[in-house]
Amino acid sequence: MRVMYFAWVRERIGLPREDVQTDAATVADLVAELRTREERYDAAFADTSALRVAVDQKLADFDAPLAGVQEVAFFPPMTGG
Amino acid sequence: MDIRVQEDRFDAGAELNAFTVRQSNAGAVVSFTGIVRDTDGGLRHMEIEHYPGMTQSALSEIAAQANQRWALTDALVIHRFGRLAPSEMIMMVATASAHRADAFAAADFLMDYLKSRAPFWKKEVTVEGSDWVAAKDSDEDALSRWN
Repeated sequence: MRVMYFAWVRERIGLPREDVQTDAATVADLVAELRTREERYDAAFADTSALRVAVDQKLADFDAPLAGVQEVAFFPPMTGG
Repeated sequence: MDIRVQEDRFDAGAELNAFTVRQSNAGAVVSFTGIVRDTDGGLRHMEIEHYPGMTQSALSEIAAQANQRWALTDALVIHRFGRLAPSEMIMMVATASAHRADAFAAADFLMDYLKSRAPFWKKEVTVEGSDWVAAKDSDEDALSRWN
């Protein structure tokens, strides 16, 4: 699965995208898995209420299932316009 | 509907004229242009990051919602990314309808939604450093007007 990071999430983790091998059932499970990796992941995902997630390029919730999903993106609340 | 995500500058006047003259059944056109504002006098530039795979489709979906809610004959959204200097134009929206109420409401709706539902992130680079622009609670509140 491709995992992408934008804005300060990208800066905190230190890379824009990576391929992740995971059996995580939901986005929340994936977050829990990533947090155990390294301190920078733990810091970036410390407060998921400050984060938004897109699953296969559509906004989703953290309880969204990951079966068959190819791309998950994490980012702060959007500031367009 | 015309949705464009681009790094290049655009000419809001020329875009608005082109949009207006290509309408055949509209009696009203409303437009909004967003500009890089140097709030505290120390802004060097703004960097706008976006999610290339998702931006176009998110904007199209927001425009399609506007089109369902109001009797629009057409809509235009242009949104830039990359490095923008103070007073440069960031984005514009134009809507066309038979009567002005639909065009005004749809433009307002489009702005509220693309502020907090289109995958763009602004970073301000100032003389003192750089920081991501935080989303405001008022931006979320603005969305609830449309429920």
